[in-house]
Amino acid sequence: MNNNMPKPPKYAERLLCWFLKKELVEEVMGDLNEKFYNTLTKKSLAKAKRNYWYQVLFYCRPFAIKNYRSNSIYFMMYKSYFKISYRNLLKNRGFAFINIGGLALGMSVAILMATWVFDEFSFNKVHSNYEKIAQVLRLNNWGGEFGTSVNGSNVTGLGTLLKETYPDKFKHVLTTNFRIQEVVLSSGTDHFSQQGYFMSPDGPEMLSFDMLYGTRSGLKNKNSILICQSLAHKFFGDQDPVNKVVRLNSRFDLRVAGVYSDFPPNSTFAGTTYTAPLELFTGGTEGLEVWDNYNMKIYVQLQENADMENVSSLIRNAMLPHVEADREETKPTLFLNPMKKWHLYSQFENGTRVKSDRMKMTQLLASIGLFVLLLACINFMNLSTARSEQRAKEIGVRKSIGSRRKQLISQFLTESILLSIFSFFIALAIAWVLLPWFNSLTGKEMVLPLYNYKAWLIGICITLFTGLLSGSYPAFYLSSFNSLHALKGTFKVGWKGTLPRKILVVFQFTVSTMLIISTLLVFTQIQHAKDRSIGYQREGLLVLPKGSPDLYDKYEVLRNELKRSGAVLEVGEANYPLTNTLGNNNEIEWEGKDPDFSPTFNTIRVNFDYGKTINWELIAGRDFSRLYPGEAQQAVIITDSARALMGFEDPIGKSIHFESEFYGGPDFTIVGVVKDMVKGSPFEKVRPAIMFLTEKESFWMFMRLNPGLPISQAITTAEEVFHSVVPNAPFEYKFMEDEYAKKFRSEERIGSMALFFTIVAIFISCLGLYGLAAYMANKRMKEIGIRKVLGASIASLWQMLSKDFIKLALIAICMATPLAYYFLNNWLGQFEYRTDLHWWILAAGGAVGILITLLTVSHQAVKAAVTNPVDSLRSE
Amino acid sequence: MKETRLGEFEEVILLLVGILGDEAYAFKLSEEFESQTKRSVSIGAVHSTLNRLSEKGFLTSEMGGASPERGGRRKRIYKITALGERILSEARDFRVSLWSQYPGFAGG
Repeated sequence: MNNNMPKPPKYAERLLCWFLKKELVEEVMGDLNEKFYNTLTKKSLAKAKRNYWYQVLFYCRPFAIKNYRSNSIYFMMYKSYFKISYRNLLKNRGFAFINIGGLALGMSVAILMATWVFDEFSFNKVHSNYEKIAQVLRLNNWGGEFGTSVNGSNVTGLGTLLKETYPDKFKHVLTTNFRIQEVVLSSGTDHFSQQGYFMSPDGPEMLSFDMLYGTRSGLKNKNSILICQSLAHKFFGDQDPVNKVVRLNSRFDLRVAGVYSDFPPNSTFAGTTYTAPLELFTGGTEGLEVWDNYNMKIYVQLQENADMENVSSLIRNAMLPHVEADREETKPTLFLNPMKKWHLYSQFENGTRVKSDRMKMTQLLASIGLFVLLLACINFMNLSTARSEQRAKEIGVRKSIGSRRKQLISQFLTESILLSIFSFFIALAIAWVLLPWFNSLTGKEMVLPLYNYKAWLIGICITLFTGLLSGSYPAFYLSSFNSLHALKGTFKVGWKGTLPRKILVVFQFTVSTMLIISTLLVFTQIQHAKDRSIGYQREGLLVLPKGSPDLYDKYEVLRNELKRSGAVLEVGEANYPLTNTLGNNNEIEWEGKDPDFSPTFNTIRVNFDYGKTINWELIAGRDFSRLYPGEAQQAVIITDSARALMGFEDPIGKSIHFESEFYGGPDFTIVGVVKDMVKGSPFEKVRPAIMFLTEKESFWMFMRLNPGLPISQAITTAEEVFHSVVPNAPFEYKFMEDEYAKKFRSEERIGSMALFFTIVAIFISCLGLYGLAAYMANKRMKEIGIRKVLGASIASLWQMLSKDFIKLALIAICMATPLAYYFLNNWLGQFEYRTDLHWWILAAGGAVGILITLLTVSHQAVKAAVTNPVDSLRSE
Repeated sequence: MKETRLGEFEEVILLLVGILGDEAYAFKLSEEFESQTKRSVSIGAVHSTLNRLSEKGFLTSEMGGASPERGGRRKRIYKITALGERILSEARDFRVSLWSQYPGFAGG
């Protein structure tokens, strides 16, 4: 045969020969060889090799494996260690369960945490040009109190400029709208409101869209659109959607040029369900040369030979020749933020990179995972040590028949490593079961990195380390026993022997108590913010974006019909929804204003019925009213904090000045004051707001449902009326209550995670405590028997047995409280609207800690105390 | 006595041994299995079944010829024994009798 023929993988062959029975080697290797060359004729060499490995691994069957025998002493010795460990486990089943279970639980938490961290660090890696992509960021020096800021918003002109000026540096330049855009897409009678981006034609290639149908070059034609797989499925089922027509916002008919698979959640572009040509957004090619509207994001992909740092400094001043004079003072400079820094390293303060909140969160979780693992190890150590004192006789015998200390050490280490390996596999199973739940908790879509050999390597290393760590103390401590004393049973464990164990218990409980206090505080804080008065009534309020042009000029009809149906009490409109704080202005003047003072107000445009719809709470003056039709463009209502900011005692009838065609004016009269409305984060201060009255129709429509009707009925009726007035527009609404609840999501996530960790930590600590208490009670069996015979009551015995543990728990609480106070005060500091760190939260944490200790220990104590003394004293 | 009941996989393998005749060795059998059933199977799985069937006395085997793509190694050729053939036909008769009792298909 030719020597250049590819050969089956050598190591696989070696492995096979190692475990295969001698008499089978010839036929099996022959078969596998044949299989290998057969596969090679159909598939690639790599596939054939992989298949060979697969075949070899599947030969690991009882019938084919040789019976391993060896007469080497080491082999015999280890065999004996395994056997003794195994028997020991079987003998003390309960103890083994507690020990392995606790460790496995700790490990599974560590595995979940590691998966989280792994996921965070692999963010955006799904894009195959990961290393070469960067976002163009802008640094402006605004001067004075505003300082320097870093911003991702850019102008279309810059994108065009970069692409044309540096073709040797940038392979692709992608200009896209700044914020993900919600549009209504329709095909036939199906209407869906979808989120996505308008991109310049380079986008799909640069972000390596995974095309299922069509090509990435689809956006070159401005009448085309790319849609994601799930949307394609909603519209067209299993058909090939290419060249089908989709209508965007009932205005543009676009040809579907391709379908890409949905972006995974760990991509910055997750949730991009459609990608449309940028020109549709900018309105033709002249829109690509704009230099004064900062509504774009610009991404670049470098050429293979271009260096990120160099290019970043090359484009530094690219904007300067093009900006307006007043902007020029702010010295806008550009720099590139590479894709690998987007997720974890992109927080800026005063123009410099600072440690991001995400990074802090990741580090926090990683350290909690480590802590829980540490708790589990401590448990393991504690229980093994306590238990092994009972094995003193065994050690005495082993020593007197010539066992060396080294051998005893390796025996105990083997035992603990075996247990930890066993726990590792149980932990994998637990982690696998918990993962879907953990995913829903964290809002991610993680999978265990089972196909990543590095992950396995780390896992195995940690397991071995855990085994060594937790086995080391018993191994070194026990092997130091004097054999004579051990055999006679006269060896004593003084305070020196129990002190380390006590320290470990205190440590465990300190951590647990801190976690209990933190969990209580997180939930108190969330509840505190939820109870906050928000200035309008979110229950029974629907919000409906008017995505379709059919909906315009129908407001009066729609409002009248809806109100007449009885399902809806009132309908109102505004140009922004109630759940964000968009629309800000600082050019508002009023009587008696300090000229240097220019605070920012949240400015929105509302119609006559807005206030009655959302049920804002008037403090002074009156609501807008149709009785005064002339006041449109002239009247405003301000919030209480805006009143305070303007320094008006009695604001009604006062006038403000604001140069803006959009709002009318330029002089407005204040007709009313309402309570502050929480529209942004409920954990922050409210923004002072000014509501301008308009008669024009706006994008956001609100409906106040009739509370007298069941919600489902009210909605059905409203939908019928809606469709009878505007048959072609989708009735796509959201509940204000749900939208508001979303603001708590990240805090609630932290809360649930804290709860989860607390429960695990407490559970692990309790397991350890339970085992220790059982052991203590067992050791003092005779003493208890004698005490009982002499007349001790059950209560006094219980007290005697629990006292030691309560003492430890008290010490732990004393340590945990100040530590928790320190850390939690820091945590609370990040919220503007926060609860106090009440003393009762600390006290309750401590009380729960004591209670749990007492319950755990009592079970054992009472069990020992009620034993009939005859049973414990009979022998001997 | 060893169990003489045939599992589905065992039955298919036994039939394939009969079909392939002189070419009935583990690799060919697994290829044939995959092409006939469209299910993938490892050679090890087939081999272990062949081994089990031999222990039950349904198959005998002997070493056959070598070929270059086997690296000059010989292959083990399996043959059905009389007992094996009897077990197969019993299995078929049993199925047929069950089918004939199924009213929806009786006679069809």
